[in-house]
This record gives sequence, structure tokens and C-alpha cells, in this order.
Amino acid sequence: MARNVKVNVEYLTRVEGHGNIVVNVKEGKLEECRLDIVESPRFFEGMLRGRSIFEAQHITSRICGICACGHTLASIQAAEDAIGFIPSEQTTMLRKLLLHQENLDSHILHIYLLVAPDLLGVKSFVPLIDTHNKVVRRALRMKKSCNDVCDILVGRHVHPISAIVGGFTKLPREKDLDAMMDILVSMRADMDATVELCKTLKFPQFERETEYVGLVSDDDEYPMLIGDVGSTDGKRMDKHEYRKITNEFVMPHSSAKHAKWNRESYMVGALARVNLNYKKLHPKAKAVADFLGLHKICYNSFLNTAAQLVECIHSLEESIAILEYFKNHGVKHEEALVVGLNEKKTIPVKAGNGVGAVEVPRGLLFHNYEVDDDGKIVNANCIIPTSQNVNSIEHDMKKLVPQILEKSDEEITLMMEMLVRAYDPCISCSAHFLDVKFVNR
Amino acid sequence: MKKPKVAFFDFSCCEGCQLQVANFGEGLLDILNLIEVVEFREVMSEKWEGDFDVAIVEGSITTPHGVERIKKIRDRSKVLIAYGSCATIGGINGMKNKFDLDEIKEYVYKDGAKYFETIPTRPVHQVVKVDYFVHGCPVYQPEFVKVLKCALQGIPYTVPDHSVCVECKLNENECMYDKGLTCLGPVTRAGCNSWCINNGNICYGCRGMVSNPAKNGQMDILEKHNIPLDWVVNKIDMYNKPRELEETETNGKKR
Repeated sequence: MARNVKVNVEYLTRVEGHGNIVVNVKEGKLEECRLDIVESPRFFEGMLRGRSIFEAQHITSRICGICACGHTLASIQAAEDAIGFIPSEQTTMLRKLLLHQENLDSHILHIYLLVAPDLLGVKSFVPLIDTHNKVVRRALRMKKSCNDVCDILVGRHVHPISAIVGGFTKLPREKDLDAMMDILVSMRADMDATVELCKTLKFPQFERETEYVGLVSDDDEYPMLIGDVGSTDGKRMDKHEYRKITNEFVMPHSSAKHAKWNRESYMVGALARVNLNYKKLHPKAKAVADFLGLHKICYNSFLNTAAQLVECIHSLEESIAILEYFKNHGVKHEEALVVGLNEKKTIPVKAGNGVGAVEVPRGLLFHNYEVDDDGKIVNANCIIPTSQNVNSIEHDMKKLVPQILEKSDEEITLMMEMLVRAYDPCISCSAHFLDVKFVNR
Repeated sequence: MKKPKVAFFDFSCCEGCQLQVANFGEGLLDILNLIEVVEFREVMSEKWEGDFDVAIVEGSITTPHGVERIKKIRDRSKVLIAYGSCATIGGINGMKNKFDLDEIKEYVYKDGAKYFETIPTRPVHQVVKVDYFVHGCPVYQPEFVKVLKCALQGIPYTVPDHSVCVECKLNENECMYDKGLTCLGPVTRAGCNSWCINNGNICYGCRGMVSNPAKNGQMDILEKHNIPLDWVVNKIDMYNKPRELEETETNGKKR
């Protein structure tokens, strides 16, 4: 007999922010399938109007505590683009180091604390303290290591202090470089253990062919901070045309806007990046990608977590390489900035419109500011990775639900939650998120 | 001894202060030896139906639904800790209070604006009684540990009511005003160990204002450096705008 399924998960857990999952199957036919974003809107873009462009980074970092460094970097890039400031080579390298640390920190949190409990059949990491004590300790240790590096580099990870428009207010001394290096080199053993653990985890089988979007470039570097926007459908556009890529539209059930480009939906994030730029990965990361089957394009969204692992190795090794460069070439301390709100006009300002497009842990993040001659923000727009992914998540759900209708309500709910979690949604960013309830069964 | 039941809740915020808990590293396990975390949506699926010994609340109240939810949490909690600037002073979310709410909704969501309800941003204590305050954006971990210890022992914690400058001087930082910048250290509550200034940036006032700022001294500084007062007020409003609601609506009530 054709069955009815009604899933209604309120306040999805182990995701950043608030969301609900709604699935409604009537007599075997899928009638409704959506991810409600229920986070209270915070109106960042509106609040930025009238503030100094030199405050933009400080304010927009507070969109999200997990990807604070990512927002910081996208914001700075947009601000500098708007006022026509070109950062120094040293600044760009240090920003790349910061972005790698952000990526590593966030992925570790997601793999160990948010996803692993599902794959090990428990509700959170707390029961794992007894059953998998070493694993939990490793996770917390790795998380803290990234945090410690950010403390040294920018004052703290949650809302970095010294990274600002123009460069850095404080630059690492030799002892700081040594300390960061020690932390990262000693993280390698934990990373190896993480890879071994992930090799034993079983991800659900599922495929939906779609478009993957992320930064692309012509050089050999795996693009995270700088590049054009490209897609696995072969399209490429300058970041300034981002609105033609995201084509945002509002859905009544969600305070996150939805996006689509060349198909009904597209995906951003670690899986999209590995799908686009596998060849540019660090050899150690590539080897793990090969083992996990990510050497060719992968259409299983659940494997976003596996792609995050691959990126962890890449970000760790690239961070160490950047530190080695600075240890060999030294840091130019005369570049340290005293800017504040640019009271002394240290940095020349002109009216303009600037875009930042940066790969943050959850995918491509856009910030766009229009500033006047005084450096006041006239208009602001931020497009968050999760907003771009919500549409893709809903299309995945629509394909997955009919395939698992023979399962129990609990299993269907769990699969839906796992699917959404695989995207590592950041609902604070996109605005809130998930609740599944079953009726009529 | 039975472990006290502790729960984390979030309202409008970035969840960064809760993340500061994960950033304790293995030290977190020591904390978990002392308390039983029964609810923490960001990292746990477990739910608790009973009362809480301690509720730790991050975020500001910005929706009618939020008002109802925080009242229910308060009813179920012996002790309530407002955790982070959004919860203690309204924080960054408060900047929206200077705009017409319908206008700002339309600016961000255009035609979709009608789907969202929003009310002026309030810190938690403007809606329900708060027992402890952990200020900061984000919270400063050592202070959070201090407050948690006090809360678990049932003894009061006094938030420092002197300015960030006191800590900044002890850290031997060069004064930002002498570098030609405007810094909110002189009017902002200490307790963060002058975190931002130690890292070469200015103080943005995220811990809220001291109750009795040295107004004349501050005016002298502004005059000496030729800084207009409205410039400073605008900076204070980045974190502290909802204080105005307190001045007008909860006048007379003791915090």
C-alpha cells in the first residue's frame, strides 16, 4: 500500500544555526520536501549602511562565530576592491595562512563533533568520551591547535583582531613563527590518525548529478582566496558578476535566500572545490582523495565530509609551507598598520563598488560593498555558502526520499538530518534551520 | 555529588561564544567532569525535558517568538547566565535599532520581507531576570570559567566596573589616542585583559560601558585630539545601542 510520510524536524541539531526539515509523502507520492531556515534574521546588510568601510570587517565577522575568519577575509577583499587598495604580497600570504587555519579548524569541528556521532550511531560526541576517549581527545586537541595558531596570528579565532583593511595591525615575530610551526608540525600525527579513522567510516550511497561551483584560476595553486568563479559545467565568470551566478530568490519558508546558476541548483563547499580543483591539491591530500574515490567528479553530497578531510591535509601542509617561507625570508614588520577608522587617512579612500569572493569552509562566500567618497558604506550585500546550498539540499532531499521510503520513520529522519549535516550548513550565516516530524503512519 | 545539569541556548547571535567552549580543547573534558551538559543544540542532539541548574544563554532577543522562548527557559532554570555581548548588552544586533524596522527588513529581503517578524533588539535582562553576566564579543574564556565557578557554588560574580584602560596600562600598550586613533577603552568595562589593543587594534566597546565613566576626563581627551563627540557616540552604538531601551523602559528597576 502506498504510504504516507510526514517528517517535521524542528531545530535540527549539530548544525550551526536554526533550521527545520519538512517532508510530506502522501500515498507514496512526494508532495513537499524542504529545509526551513528559521534563524531570526539579523539584517547585517542593512545595518552596515552608514558605517565606515573600516568597520565592515569587524561587523561582518560577527555574522558567524565558526567562519569568522572567512567573513573577515571576504569583507576585507570587498572593501579593498571598493576603495582601490592593493594589499602587499606579505599580507596576501598571511591571509592565505589564516584562511587555511579557518578551513582546518571548521572541517575538524564538522568531521569529529558534528558528523562522526551519526556514523558511530550516537547522539553527540558526549557518549564518545567514554567509548572513544582517544578520538574525542584528538578532536579537541586538533581543534585547539588551530585555535592556538589563530591566537598567535590574529589575536583569536572567533572574531580575529589584527586582520583589517590594508593588512595586519600586528605581525608575527620569529618566536611566533616558531610556535605556530611547532603546533602545526605536531598536528601531522593526529591528522594521519584522522585519515585512518575516516577510512573506516561508511558514508551513505547516493548520487544526484548537479553543478559544482567554486573559485578557479590559471595557476597551480588550489584557489581559496583569489580567483574567478567557475563551475563543473564549464562556465567561468569574473567575481564582479556574482549576481549573475547566484540569481538569488526568496522562498516563503526560509530566511535564507535560494540560488541557481546553469541548472535547477548548484553546490558549493569542499566537495565542489575538490571536484573543480583536484589536480591542484597538495600531493598528500591528493593521495587521500584517490583512496576516497574523489579523483574523479563525485555526485554524492554525503562525501562532502570526505572532501573536507582531503582539504584538512591540504590546508595543514600549505600552512606549514607558508610558515617555512616566512622563517626563511623573514617578516617585514614595517608593514604593521595603525589604522583604526582611518582617522589619519593612512589609507587613501575613494568612492567605489567592490566584491570579495573567498572560499570559506562551507563554500564560496561573496561580500559586496558600495562606498562613498568619505569611505561610508552606502550599500552592502553578502551571499553566504549555505544560502547557495539550500536549494541543492532540497533537490537532494527530493531525490533521496523516494529511494528510502521502505525505511522506518526514524531512519528516514536520520538520513534527512545526515544529508543536511553533510553540507555543514551554517544557518547563523544564512540567517536559521531544521525540524522533522512524522504524522499519519 | 550529583553533577549540576547545564544547558546552552542560543538566540540571535553568531554562536561564536558557544564555540569558545569547544576551543578549551582537552580542558573541556575537565569541565565536563564537573557538570552534566544536558542540552547544547550546536553540538548535541540530546534534549532534556526537566529543569536546569544552570542555563547559559547566548544571543539577543529579536523576535516575538524569542520573547516567549526565553521566558520558558527562565521558568525552567535555577540560574541563568547571559553569555556574550549579544545576550548581555544586545551587541552588534542592536545596530538595527537605529533603523526603521520595516525599512531595514525590506532592504535585506525585498519582497520576502513580509515573511519575517522582528522587534527591537534587546539583551536578555531586558526580558527576563539574569543572574550572571559574561560580557564580550566573544567572551573571554578565563572570565567564563570564573563565572561558571561562581554560578556552580552559588556565590556572586562582580563584573569589573573600571575601564579597559586599567588593564591596557598594565599590559604596557601604547595609548591608541597617542597614535592618533579613537579607542573606546576609556568608557568600556574591563575584564578582557585589553584583548584587542594587545593585538594592535582599538577597543570597540563590546563589553558595555562602565557605570560611571570619567566623563570630564574623556571630554578632555576628545578635545585634545580634536575628535567630535558624535563620532564617539556612533562607535559606542555599534555594540551598545539597546542601552537606550533600558534607559527609557526599565527605568528604576535594578539590574
